[in-house]
Formats: sequence, structure tokens, C-alpha cells
Amino acid sequence: MAEVEIVAVSKAFNKTTAVSALSLTVGDGEFVALLGPTGAGKTTTLRLVAGLEMPDLGSIRIGGRDVTGDAPADRDVAFVFQQYSLYPHLTVFENMAFALRAPIRRVPEAEIRRKVEEVAGLLHIETKLTNKATHLSGGQMQRVAIGRALVRSPAIYLMDEPLSSLDAKLRGEMRLELKRIQTDLGATILYVTHDQTEAMTMASRIGVIEAGRLLQIGTPREIYQNPINAYVAARLGQPTINLLPATLFAGAPRGTRTIGARTEHLTIARGSGEVSATVTRIEHLGDQSHLHLDLGGQPVVTLSDPEAELAAGDVVSLRLTNPLFFDADGARIAA
Amino acid sequence: MAEIGVEALEKFFGTFHAVKAASFTVEDGQFLCLLGPSGCGKTTTLRMIAGLELPSAGTIRLGGEDVTMNRASARDIAFVFQLFALYPHMNVRRNIGFPLKCEGIAAKEIERRVVEAARILRISHLLDRPVSGLAGGDRQRVALGRAIVRKPKCFLMDEPLGALDTEMREAMIRELRALHDRLGATTVYVTHDQLEAMAMADVIAVMNNGVVEQVASPRDIYDRPASLFVADFIGSPPMNLLPFRGSLEAGAQAIRLGEREVAIPAAREALAESDLVLGVRPEHIRFTDRGMVRGEVYGSEYLGTTQIVTVTTRYGALKARSAASLSFHIGETVGLDFRPDTLSIFDQQSGRAIRTALHQGGAHG
Repeated sequence: MAEVEIVAVSKAFNKTTAVSALSLTVGDGEFVALLGPTGAGKTTTLRLVAGLEMPDLGSIRIGGRDVTGDAPADRDVAFVFQQYSLYPHLTVFENMAFALRAPIRRVPEAEIRRKVEEVAGLLHIETKLTNKATHLSGGQMQRVAIGRALVRSPAIYLMDEPLSSLDAKLRGEMRLELKRIQTDLGATILYVTHDQTEAMTMASRIGVIEAGRLLQIGTPREIYQNPINAYVAARLGQPTINLLPATLFAGAPRGTRTIGARTEHLTIARGSGEVSATVTRIEHLGDQSHLHLDLGGQPVVTLSDPEAELAAGDVVSLRLTNPLFFDADGARIAA
Repeated sequence: MAEIGVEALEKFFGTFHAVKAASFTVEDGQFLCLLGPSGCGKTTTLRMIAGLELPSAGTIRLGGEDVTMNRASARDIAFVFQLFALYPHMNVRRNIGFPLKCEGIAAKEIERRVVEAARILRISHLLDRPVSGLAGGDRQRVALGRAIVRKPKCFLMDEPLGALDTEMREAMIRELRALHDRLGATTVYVTHDQLEAMAMADVIAVMNNGVVEQVASPRDIYDRPASLFVADFIGSPPMNLLPFRGSLEAGAQAIRLGEREVAIPAAREALAESDLVLGVRPEHIRFTDRGMVRGEVYGSEYLGTTQIVTVTTRYGALKARSAASLSFHIGETVGLDFRPDTLSIFDQQSGRAIRTALHQGGAHG
């Protein structure tokens, strides 16, 4: 494992800028997730590190060595793609051993067996090693694909939405497993996703990326509690942060255009108060209920306290505790 | 608009029994989600309602009329598919108006209805744009426009949001439900995504292996799962299932879990000693040193307002939801308590939920 540095990298495809002056260091043993919507430049960044794309500007350093001009095979990276591509005619064991059998690596057979069995155990597929790769469920196939990367000990693992093809339950299980494996192995991972839950639950640090630019990087707690602007604030948190006109509440600092209020910033009480709203709907999502309010024409969504027994049409008062403040450009203003 | 009745529907593909005695009713104006894992028979059921497959046995009624053997085109329904099948060479206006043109409706009337559909879907500004340059969400809106412009008796949708990324999907969930509230059209919506079903449906029919396991409101499905399958399929993370051996007397208010008594909603039926399962939702687990189940923290997942803490216990790994402000260390020993009035009990072998005070007055279990 090694430190990976992306230094002021830019990449355009024809006239479209995919990545713009992006700098990011993934520390040795760190799990960094790049979070952003489709088209934000996440996958391009990953491909630049892998050497599958060449940057127009900037450089890539792995373990202190400039690899910008190196071919993918010379970079010592392992890539896990969104769509697992296993060899259908080979067993799970042979699929996982494949990368180790490359002639240039010369790994002894006993070492290959030890490594594959160890990784199969980590991924809970040790009983499937003799199965044909295609005789597995989607979740198991994706585990094999991840396993194929894990048997190697590269400088960095590059993962491009590896869980997005799994169903919700399996995805939840794999999140915890992948994080556990990463911690156990001390693996360095750069992981790309549009799923905030994956980023929050697995990453040591999250980089929020939009239109090819890295807007903010920090621990999940830092990004969630201390976003630099309204865009970042809206990327994390369920329900999504409420962005409300500053005029609705008293006491905002000078220059505030928008107040950002998450569930934990809002105190809701039955009956009217200084600021009142009407309950429009209570959405029972099972593990949580979303309380939908109408605040002078402005929708507000917050988690509802199951004990509160509110119903549509009820009038409630709203109080803010330490909300976030944003100026006219969406930039954060200190409270 | 119309009620949809599905009675004792069966479907065989060769020897494969895809749908087994499926029965449910979608009331006029209701939004029903057919929810289940891939291969459970939900899409086949939808296709039979649409008339794209003929049932092996059973009846389908639309607005009271038996349409089981009617052709799809004679059923007055609109089908929305997962993949946006738009005509690439036509602009948005012509794509939406196309089904009406096929029916030979006058150009003026088509224009009026296309404009109305576009207004409802908030895509009026896109009407003259080619569909090729549109974003995923807008393409899906155009596909919906093509369905609603016909004013059908009901909408059938097969995972229409499956191809969108998370953020867009969440926005479209809200939009689809709001659209349903405005139009009030009877809707059957197929999905494998429980969050979509929970957020949109009036009624959810959970399917597994061709069998409809439970038909109920999202809240009942979540709070009072009728079977182990439903308990395990719904919720993220799903219900914790703790196997134990025991018997129950009618009226019993506790079970024996290891050496400890665990309070439960009063049993409404008696059971001889057998393999049972205690079901606990993650948000109904409380951390306390005096807790009746002890275990070791395996990991915690930060979610902002809350966190999911995984604890390994003698009953397997349990997941608890707690406030994000509490801190846990991997390897730390913790005690867990369960909120008594919310617990479910299942018969291990049949998977059926045991009737308790949880089901008071309800028709479930």
C-alpha cells in the first residue's frame, strides 16, 4: 500500500471539461470516497489514476513516484469496475487466482492458494471456490470481482461503484464487510459513488465533487456538520437539508440569504409560536417517518418523532438551534 | 378510473410456476406497489394485468368487467417501462402526442392534451426540444407524459426509476407520488426497491417465489410483517431475527430468551414448544448496561442524524439504530434492550407471524 497524490489534474474530452484542476491525496491505508452525481467527473478521476486516461495537465504520484506517463500495468493499481467481468469458463478459484498467475509475477502455487483462500474467507465465498463463476448469484459474482482485486497487494485499490448492481440488503451487508476488510488489510482505497450512504458509512474521508471540481474534502462528520456551501450541505443527510429563506427566521448573521436546517437543528412543538407551520403529510418510511410541513408556502421536511402523534392539518411551532447560514452565492457564513 | 381485481391468478412457464394463486384488489384511485426480489413473479403479474401475458388460471377485472381474455389494446391501460422508449427523431411534443395520433385524434385536441400533460409534469419549456439531449429525469418525464396524455383507466409501471441515480430517483419518487395525487389514477407499480414502495404506495403487495405474502399499508408491512420473508425484506437494515426455542400460552406477555425473560405484546394464540424467531427492528433496540442481550460491537456506520451499530451476540449479528452523538468502540461489550410493544414473533418452520396484541383489530398475521 502507498500514498497516492493527484496534483492539479485537468482532463477535457473535446470541449467538455471532465476534471478541472483537481488535487487530492489519498494517505497510505486511507479509504477516500469521491461522492457526486452522474457526470461529475468521479469515474474520469479514477481512470486518470489507473492510467486508463492521460491528464491534459497535472500529475499523478504513487508512493512518491511520478507515474503520469506510465502505462496502467506499471502503476501497481487494482481496479474494481461497476460491472463485474468474470471469466465464465473458469471457477471462482481460477478467477481470483488469475491476476496472480500472470507470468511476470511468478507467484508460487502454494502462495496463490493461500492468498485466494484467505480473501475468499474475508468475502464469505470460501465454499464457492470450485463453482463456475457464472453459477453464482449477482452478489456472489460481485464478491468474486472484488476478491480478484484483493488477492493482489497493489499500491491502491480503485473502485468504481462496485456495490451499485447489488440489491439493497446485500449492499448494506457489503458496506460493512468492505469497510472491515479495508481496516484489517490496511488497504488504500479510492472509491467512487453517487450513494451518500456508502460514502458516509465506509470512507475515512469524503471528497464532494461537482462539475469536475473537488468542492470539499473531509471526514463524513466534517462534511455533514460543516459543509462549505449549500451544495455540499444538500449532498449528505436524509431527509435532505431544508434550505429556507433567511427572512423566515430572526437572528441570522448579516449577509445570510439561506438558512440550512437539518432535523437536528429543528425543534418542533404542537401549537403555534413565533414561527408556525402546518403539517401537510406524514410519510411513514418504516425506520423513519418524514414530517412534511408548510412554512408560509415553503416546504420543510424533517424526521418526525414517532411519539408526537401529529396529523395533517396540525399547526406546529418551529425553533432553530445552531442551523447553517449561507450567503447569496450559497457559501457558508460563520454563525 | 377504475378498480383492478386480481383473483386466484396462476401462471406457468412450462413447468415453472411463476405466479401462485395471487389475489389482491387495487381500489379506484389507489397506488399499489408490487414489491419483491428479482424472479418473484411481480413483473409477470403486472404483465397479466396489462394483457401482455395470458394467465394459466384466475381472473382479472378492470372496473368490475372481466378482462382476463381481452387483448392489451382493449384494456384502456397505460404501461410505463423501465427503459425510456422514446422516439429519438421526434421532439418532446411529438413524442408525448404520438399515442393520440395513433388513435386518430384531431390535431387541436392532441395539442391541448399534450400541453396539459407537459404542464402537469413541469416540462412545458422542453416541448420543442429533441429528446436526444435530455437528462435522465426529463426523459422519464416525457415517457410519463406519453402515458398520462391518453387518460387511461389505470397506469401500470415496471420499475420506471430503475435506471436513474440515487438523487434523481429520490426526486422522481416525490414527483410520481405528487402526480398520482393530482391525477388520482389507479396505479400498479412494480419495484424491488422497498424505499420506493414505502415512500409511494397506499398499499404494498409483497411477493416471494410467486406467492403474495402480504397485502397491507406500508406502515403495517413495516410494523406488522406477516411472515419472516417480509420482515427480512423490508427495512434498511431489515428486522433483526433472533432464533429461539420455546412455547407460548394465549395471553403470555413474555418469552424466555436464554436465561432472560423478554416482554412481548400479549400472545393471541397458544403454541407447543417449537422453533420460534423473535423479530426486532433496529430502531427498537436500546443500549443499556443492564440489557438482556449482551454482545460485542462489530462496527458502526455513521449516517448523519443517526448511526447503525452492528453488535455480535449469541443470536447472530444484531443491528441497532442509535443517535449519531453516541460513541461506540469496536470490540466494546454492550447490553441491548428491546422495546416490548413492537416485537414480532414468527414460527420458524412456516415463517408465519404469531398473532399477538401487535395485530389488535388488524386482519394480518
